[in-house]
Amino acid sequence: MTKQLTVRYFAAFRERAGRAEETVDTDADTAADLFEALRDRHGSAEPLGHCKVAINDEMADWSTPLKDGDTVLLFPPVAGG
Amino acid sequence: MSGMVISPRPIAAGELGAALAEPGAGAYVGFEGRVRNRNEGREVSRLEYEAYAPLAEKEGERVIAEARERWPIIAASCVHRIGVLDIGECAVWVGVISPHRDEAFAACRYIIDEVKVRLPIWKKEHYTDGDSGWVNCERCAAGHGGQASAG
Repeated sequence: MTKQLTVRYFAAFRERAGRAEETVDTDADTAADLFEALRDRHGSAEPLGHCKVAINDEMADWSTPLKDGDTVLLFPPVAGG
Repeated sequence: MSGMVISPRPIAAGELGAALAEPGAGAYVGFEGRVRNRNEGREVSRLEYEAYAPLAEKEGERVIAEARERWPIIAASCVHRIGVLDIGECAVWVGVISPHRDEAFAACRYIIDEVKVRLPIWKKEHYTDGDSGWVNCERCAAGHGGQASAG
């Protein structure tokens, strides 16, 4: 089923996508599916395991199912400290 | 003060440490992470930190809560800087107080290690040769398609 999501890009992903946020209509079932579907946007060849995802402001697993109206935050590999 | 803070202002580690005061605290351990002038063989001129503060603070609080469960400490705090930092500036500070030193050292080490790998914080290195790059993100821009960098 097609759902409408808000996707937010951070750091390297944002620079590559040329935008911080966009609305996406997608058939992606999980966060991992969405990450794959948006590869042309974030442009990343990083393995999924190096990146993180948050859904509606909660850290989430890549296997989390997506719902219509979700806000998905795509985080490139972190580097604090 | 106790907890996790993302701050755009310079970190005054000495003041933060002094504020972690409690009569039962026989030990205070503080850690400061500072901006280094070299990384992986390249000369760094400055660092730029970005965070998604709402979640970085939430996850940082979780890390501190885990440290409090593991060791009998009195309080722990962490402040992480965002924005553009020069060489030598404090990028992150962790402070822990406890009755005795062992648990303060252990908890401080745990907090800084977890903060580095779990919080949504990114750093871009600017090199003296004018180049720049996101740390840990060598393959971020190596994928197919996509648009040019927005800079």
